[in-house]
Amino acid sequence: MDKMPRWAEVFLVPLISLLLAAVLSALVILAIGENPWAAVKMMVSGALGSTYGWGYTLYYTTNFIFTGLAVAVAYHARLFNIGGEGQAMLGGLGVALACLYLPLPHWLIALPIAAVGAALFGAAWALIPAYLQAKRGSHIVITTIMFNFIAAGLLNYLLVNLMRPVGSMDPATDKFPEGTHLPTLHDLLAPIGIEFSKAAPANVTFVVGLLACLVVWLLLWRTRLGYEIRAFGHSEPAAVYAGINPVKITMIAMLISGGLAGMMAVNNVMGEAERLVMNAVEGAGFIGIAVALMGRNHPFGVLIAALLFGFLYQGGAELALWTSIPRELIVVIQALVILFTGALDHMVRMPLERLFLAFRKGA
Amino acid sequence: MDFLTIIQILDSTIRLATPLLLACLAGLYSERAGVFDIGLEGKMLAAAFLSAAVAYVSGSVWLGLLAGIGASVLLAMVHGLASITFRGNQLISGVAINFLAAGLTVLVAQSWFQQGGRTPSLMGGARFEPITLPFADALSGVPFLGPIYGDLISGHSVLVYMAFAMVPITWWVLFRTRFGLRLRAVGENPAAVDTAGVSVTRLRYAAVLICGVLCGVAGAYLATGLQAGFVKDMTAGRGFIALAALIFAKWRPWNALWACLLFGLLQAIALRYQNLDLGGIVIPVQVMDVLPYILTVIFLAGFVGKAIPPRAGGEPYVKER
Repeated sequence: MDKMPRWAEVFLVPLISLLLAAVLSALVILAIGENPWAAVKMMVSGALGSTYGWGYTLYYTTNFIFTGLAVAVAYHARLFNIGGEGQAMLGGLGVALACLYLPLPHWLIALPIAAVGAALFGAAWALIPAYLQAKRGSHIVITTIMFNFIAAGLLNYLLVNLMRPVGSMDPATDKFPEGTHLPTLHDLLAPIGIEFSKAAPANVTFVVGLLACLVVWLLLWRTRLGYEIRAFGHSEPAAVYAGINPVKITMIAMLISGGLAGMMAVNNVMGEAERLVMNAVEGAGFIGIAVALMGRNHPFGVLIAALLFGFLYQGGAELALWTSIPRELIVVIQALVILFTGALDHMVRMPLERLFLAFRKGA
Repeated sequence: MDFLTIIQILDSTIRLATPLLLACLAGLYSERAGVFDIGLEGKMLAAAFLSAAVAYVSGSVWLGLLAGIGASVLLAMVHGLASITFRGNQLISGVAINFLAAGLTVLVAQSWFQQGGRTPSLMGGARFEPITLPFADALSGVPFLGPIYGDLISGHSVLVYMAFAMVPITWWVLFRTRFGLRLRAVGENPAAVDTAGVSVTRLRYAAVLICGVLCGVAGAYLATGLQAGFVKDMTAGRGFIALAALIFAKWRPWNALWACLLFGLLQAIALRYQNLDLGGIVIPVQVMDVLPYILTVIFLAGFVGKAIPPRAGGEPYVKER
């Protein structure tokens, strides 16, 4: 018998963890001499009060959907992929190479090709850690951390020494050609009569992100491969006994994970910056960890958590603009979410389980 | 490259290896007891900030050091709570601690000093001053040995000597005391330790506590010894290089010294030469930056020797009922 009902498992535990994180965040804001209530109001109006705010919120959300899905897929195979940051960086390289060196006349052609480039490069960056985990038993967490740093060094070298246009001081590539410009939500919504902010960076990649959630859900719960991934994650000996090849599943799960993280670059590199700059990922790879944990590694949970973090990101930017609260507040909130929904999960769960057991005995 | 340049690079190697060594030994205690710690970076960062802040306000670097250790130990206890008491995922807890420190240090620094997330520059007694060892001046005229003793060995701050002294001390504690034997046993087979009537929880907390103290010293050295004050993200991945060194050292104290000196040397070379020209082949600075990580990955792959972590590492201990 389960220790508590399913609704408590799915909604109550994350909600309480989130509440704890929120209360501590409020205390932090109080401690630095600001008013938490005013801060929340400003964040809501800044992130959700206008189509401009929504445009940024959904732009960040798109980033976090991809990195969150990346962590979630790996997690189902009981692999903790901390390398989303590096994989997304390499994804950016894939997008940049496709956009700069392939003749792409229209975004309808450019989008799938750039997405494939991003996924291929992201997956390639996950390949070596996956191989080392599967074949040599090196811990995936350590190798993916190392690969984040190696990716940063590699991109630094490429942008400064090779890809920078002649005469430019800026360590960034040339602007992508006009044909690769992705339509923003303004372009997409205007024909059906919805006014959406022109300045906001949310673009068609958001739709791709929603599709990715659906595809990952189908993959994990409606295909043989997804079943094998989850079985492997639940119990490796049982999976092996059932004829599932652990090397194959480890490799495939990590390649999918890296590919998803890489695809984030379609949004930030192609959709927003339209050129590859240094540090384009801006920590979104790590936020994927918080998003996946909060979303309980379910694609729809990831979507909701990504929306929440999109809101926090845009709201935090507004706070930094109008008050003396720095953007790092978001990093603190992110840390608290990871701490309570991830590491201190049992702290929330144990008293709840006891509570439900007591109720059940009484009934 | 002349003799003087070599001395200067080695001197800078020692300075840069010190925080790595302290953090690496910190991780060694924790991981030998079976508690993985990827939060070394965060603990160092928190210690760097609070030590600089307190040293600036009080004017005493020793108070700063204490405060830095306090900040680091606090985070270590959060890690202990999550990974020992509540049997959570140690890796996730480490990630959370890194972000907590990265965010809180800037937030609090901005609130206290209003200088864009940094502390004011430290001067005088708020910094660890270099110590001149006896006879350093008298021997400076001696060729070859004079510069080695006077410039390379002498003239570092007290924390540097402490860090290097910690290597034999750690070896002695781990391999020659009862506490050390139990600590290592709890990282290999906690059930056996429990059967012998020794508390697994208490041992692991002790290891995490020592880890916190050493990370605190490492962070304080960064902000009050190596540099004069705290700046945002000043650890710059050192916690992860220390982690790499720990794997490279196969979780052994003396090997940790050599690994940290090697990685310190790489940092010193990267700091001095933007691009290293080795007879026609130019090695870009980025290669030096990522070499510790690449070496660690190659090492982890088991192509040269094998790095085997403590067997019970990363797994919470559940007492049988």
